Formats: sequence, C-alpha cells, structure tokens
Amino acid sequence: MRDRSLIYLGLLIFLAVVTFPFTYNLAAGSGEMPDLEYPDNETQCVESKEFMRSSHMQLLVDWRESLVRENVRTHKTSDGRTYDISLTNTCLAACHTRKGDFCDRCHDYSGVENPYCWDCHIDPEQTERSAR
Amino acid sequence: MIISRKKFLKLTGISMLAATGERIAESLAGTAPSAGPGSPRALTAKRWAMVIDLQKCAREDGCTACIDACHRTHNVPDIDNRAHEIKWIWKEEFKHAFPSAHNEYQAEHIESLPVLLLCNHCDNPPCVRVCPTQATWKREEDGIVMMDWHRCIGCRYCMAACPYGSRSFNWIDPRNDIAQLNPDFPTRTKGVVEKCTFCDTRLAKGELPACVEACPQDAIFFGDLDDAGSEIRQLLKSEYAIRRKPELGTKPEIYYIV
Repeated sequence: MRDRSLIYLGLLIFLAVVTFPFTYNLAAGSGEMPDLEYPDNETQCVESKEFMRSSHMQLLVDWRESLVRENVRTHKTSDGRTYDISLTNTCLAACHTRKGDFCDRCHDYSGVENPYCWDCHIDPEQTERSAR
Repeated sequence: MIISRKKFLKLTGISMLAATGERIAESLAGTAPSAGPGSPRALTAKRWAMVIDLQKCAREDGCTACIDACHRTHNVPDIDNRAHEIKWIWKEEFKHAFPSAHNEYQAEHIESLPVLLLCNHCDNPPCVRVCPTQATWKREEDGIVMMDWHRCIGCRYCMAACPYGSRSFNWIDPRNDIAQLNPDFPTRTKGVVEKCTFCDTRLAKGELPACVEACPQDAIFFGDLDDAGSEIRQLLKSEYAIRRKPELGTKPEIYYIV
C-alpha cells in the first residue's frame, strides 16, 4: 500500500478532468439558462411553454407533413385556437419578430447551431433589412 | 388448455375491440385530425390543367411578365451561368419545344414562335415513379405533381426521367441570386431539385397561378379538366390544341393552341 497517495492523486486528477466541462461552465457562468425575448403582443404560444420547449421540433415536423403532404394548412391548438401553418408568417412575423433574441439564443445555448430550417425558410426581419 | 370455438371467437372479438376502441372513441369525440384542404376560399378541382394560346402569347415581342411573376413569387434565383440556372417557366422556340412537328420547309414564323414551357403536371408522371424518397408525388385530389423539398435528397433521378426538362437542380446556394426575397414562400437550398407546382399555395388561398394572373394578353388559361363546363374544356373543344411529346404516354396536362 505504499502507492496509496499516488492512487488518490491519480483519482483526483481523473475526477478533475472528467468534471472539467461542468466546473468550467460554472466558473464562467455560461451554464445559466438564456434570457429569451418573448413577444409583446401575445401571451400564449400555439401550445404550452413546456411542450414547445421540449417538442417544438416535433410540432414543426407535424406542420410540415400536414401542410406539404396533406394540404391541411391550419393548426388547431389543444384549447381550440386556430393558426395558419407557417414558420415564417405565423411563428416569426406574427410573434417572434426577433429570431436572434429567441430562437437563436436558445439554440446557441443548447449547442444546436443553425438548424437547417433557415436554409430555406425566411426570417422576415432579414428580408426587411436587405430591402432597406 | 382446451378452448371452445365459442370462447375463442368471443376472446378475438373483445381483443379486437380493445385494440381499436381508442381510435373509435377518438373519431366519435371528433378529436381525430381532419384531412383535406382547409380553407373554404381555396380553389379546388378534380384535375387542374392549363391551356396556352401561342398566338396571343406571341403578340407582345419579348414579354416575360409571367416568367417574372412566377420567379418573383417563388423566390427563383436569377443565375447567369447556364450550367447553374433555375427555371420554373421559360420560353423556347416552337421547333425546339415540338421537335416532332418540325419540318425544314415550315414557315419561319411558326418555327420561331415562342412557346411557354413549364412542368406538364403529367397524369402519368415518370418523375414520380423514379423518386426514391417520394419527395415528388402526384396529388390525388387534383393531379398536381408536387414537390416536398424537405424530402429531396438531390439524386436527380427525376431530372433524368422528365422528358420535358422541367426540373432544375440547385448546384449552388440560390439565396445569393434572388434580388428580392418573398417571405410568403421559402427559398430552396443547395442540393435539391425544384420545379413549378401549379402555385398550390396560391390555389389554397383562392388565387389563380401567378403566371395566369400576370399575363397581359390573357393567353394562359387554367381550370378543371374534369369539368365539362370549364373554360379550358370549352377552349379544347373549339380550338386545335397540341401537347408536348404525348407519344411517350406521360399524359401531359399543358395544352398549346397553335
């Protein structure tokens, strides 16, 4: 058991390396939830905040299938409200007018950099800027 | 365990009911998702088709109103390089559009007559048959040959299959070559194939296709081929109309009045 101190030192180094990402984020303060800008004109989204947080991707995929393949162009929420199915015109133009302060901020936080939705779907704010 | 026939049938019945019960209850309660075109404003037909009057179309020399309107509506890029160009609707001389109708003694004004070309929305579309991902398909309710750019993997089988050259492939990012983005329609991305969709999004809003609306000569007619009383059926009855390469059996649905 002469190597006890070496073993403990080794274990300590191992633990330090393994937990480095967590301790680094804690120290840098980058682990905090992003501060999102919510729309001024609306108080509720097409579904609950919790659902949108965990499953907006699934909702968008369902919208895509519904509109493109089934030609169903409106979405009825679970509490009976109706919305036009459109990422650009419903999600962005009507509510989240500053995509950078909502979508991007959370995507950046969770390491989802630039989902390819935006390769084709237009951010209306950007078109306004380019038209100016 | 020995089970009687009566008991077996009973058990089968109960288990089938249990398996389908949820769906039955859903449909009775009316919470099941409804299908079919949503808006009451939408223009609908059993079989959309187009008739183009070539003489009317040629009245104004060099007119590109329909092409401009279509490309502006659908964010079609204007790329100078012919190897990369994207087109949904364009003009070609008669002798190239209808090579089998060509003969060397034909009058020059016929040979060089501009012909509007676009997707023929075939009744028997070869592009649909070859698409490995069903990114292109014929919509059953109205015959439009649709495109789902989400699903397109860019294999270009459809381009090889289409005898009309109606499809374009995005070799480069199209966004850089669009003068003014229309936020009502998405752009495409590098690596997907695109073509005319008979303005399915405009039809859903109750509007006619952009090219039909933009034509200053009213040379493009759009309507239901399945409706004997429709304008296009009346035109086809009274005028002599031809289609491109009907001998291939694709049953193209763009008719040209010469």
